[in-house]
Amino acid sequence: MLINVPETVVADGLRGMAAAHPELVVDTEKRLVVRRDAPVAGKVGLVSGGGSGHEPLHAGFVGPGMLSAACPGEIFTSPVPDQMVRAAAAVDSGAGVLFVVKNYTGDVLNFDMAAELAEDEGIQVARVLVDDDVAVADSTFTAGRRGTGATLFVEKIAGALADEGAPLERVESLARRVNESSRSFGVALSSVTTPAKGTPTFDLPSGELELGIGIHGEPGRERRPMMTSGEIADAAVHAVLEDLRPSGPVLVLVNGMGATPLLELYGFNAEVQRVLSERGVSVARTLVGNYVTSLDMAGCSVTLCQVDEEMVRLWDAPVQTPALRWGR
Amino acid sequence: MLDTDFFRRWMAATAAVVAREADRLTELDAAIGDADHGSNMRRGFAAVNDVLEKEPPATPGAVLTLAGRHLISTVGGASGPLYGTLLRRTGKALGDAPEVTGEQLAEALGAGVSAVAQLGGAQAGDKTMLDALLPAVEVLGNSFEEARDAALAGALATVPLRARKGRASYLGERSIGHQDPGAASAALLVGALTEATEPGAGGSA
Repeated sequence: MLINVPETVVADGLRGMAAAHPELVVDTEKRLVVRRDAPVAGKVGLVSGGGSGHEPLHAGFVGPGMLSAACPGEIFTSPVPDQMVRAAAAVDSGAGVLFVVKNYTGDVLNFDMAAELAEDEGIQVARVLVDDDVAVADSTFTAGRRGTGATLFVEKIAGALADEGAPLERVESLARRVNESSRSFGVALSSVTTPAKGTPTFDLPSGELELGIGIHGEPGRERRPMMTSGEIADAAVHAVLEDLRPSGPVLVLVNGMGATPLLELYGFNAEVQRVLSERGVSVARTLVGNYVTSLDMAGCSVTLCQVDEEMVRLWDAPVQTPALRWGR
Repeated sequence: MLDTDFFRRWMAATAAVVAREADRLTELDAAIGDADHGSNMRRGFAAVNDVLEKEPPATPGAVLTLAGRHLISTVGGASGPLYGTLLRRTGKALGDAPEVTGEQLAEALGAGVSAVAQLGGAQAGDKTMLDALLPAVEVLGNSFEEARDAALAGALATVPLRARKGRASYLGERSIGHQDPGAASAALLVGALTEATEPGAGGSA
């Protein structure tokens, strides 16, 4: 691993991020990344956060057109309420703040506590839960579906609407609609090694893959002998479509887990597009790259979001963040 | 009677045992979670000990309330709010008495455990920390040793259960056959009570 010691991995990363991105305020000690121009007058603030190890999510999505602030936690561990309250206070212009929360027990508990504390300070807070992972099926007997790739869609599209000056209720309801229109499915070709543990979280022999994984090294639901890129695309896209059943065009995110080369991701995207075309699903836009990662895991995920014209327009709107940047 | 020093020793003993067992907790978490429970608990209780030394509280209730608040602001994940709420609500239930009885502690811990159940939405048998805490609270009024043994048995009894809460629940049937890391750390917290009694005090409440 390219680290000093496990204890300082998150802080070291933030220091480096500060050096690379003077347009952001990076507080290494308080663990906050904030748009330098925040609070923007009249604009709803978008705050997200979660465990570290998923970079560029979330701090890499802070900037005009997307998040106002991000709160990085320890590796794979939700941040604490203090960070979220500070972030909310830093970005609130009086128009309120939307918390974008991935559906994990820890994130939900900490953001809920933070929302209560922020409201005590007079900040209007709304919350949207992202829960797009179709691999978690049996919701009554689980913590519910995990939040994965759809987080990027929610943060981009709701962030663009907030930049247009829309009020909190509209930003919140659009964010919810984006999440409800999105589904994801992930595949691991290797396990993940956290700096704290130093050895792989689960044992995945080479020559096998794990279907339906999360983004924290949670083992998946099924293990199979290695499949081709085309076979994986068939399995992943079918799993998503079975649940989403889109009646219109979709946004496609072909996401790398961190250790899969971009060449392979593009090859995989070709297969994903083939399956979509076979199934008669039209594609509005496609994004390929490492955006919602799981440290050094090899593998990929597919996220589809059924979009209307407003969502496509907001997707195309300018964005200036470390990891997503277009249109200006 | 249990005085303020007893509660500080309880937190110190918890920090020590969590540090000793951190690798085991992380291993348990690696099997059905995300391999960080040991390091998070170690970090949290070390921070608790620091703050208790820097700002020593005056009552048993205040020790636990401060410890709980500190866990909430330093640990993160699900463990931070859950353990933080457990100690904070137990502390609040103890009120501001300078000394409390074992029965009062048992009752207060019962209130803390109820608050955890409410916050996490879990119940007995869901393969969570509650499976160690609930049986411990029932016998805590008898002795710390009984509570320790009940918590340990409860934690071991999570092995054949299927997880219905938290990250382990994503595994469905594959969560069966592994001990819940939260139940294991909860058993350490309860067990630390037996180490907090002063030498010669016998360890019973």
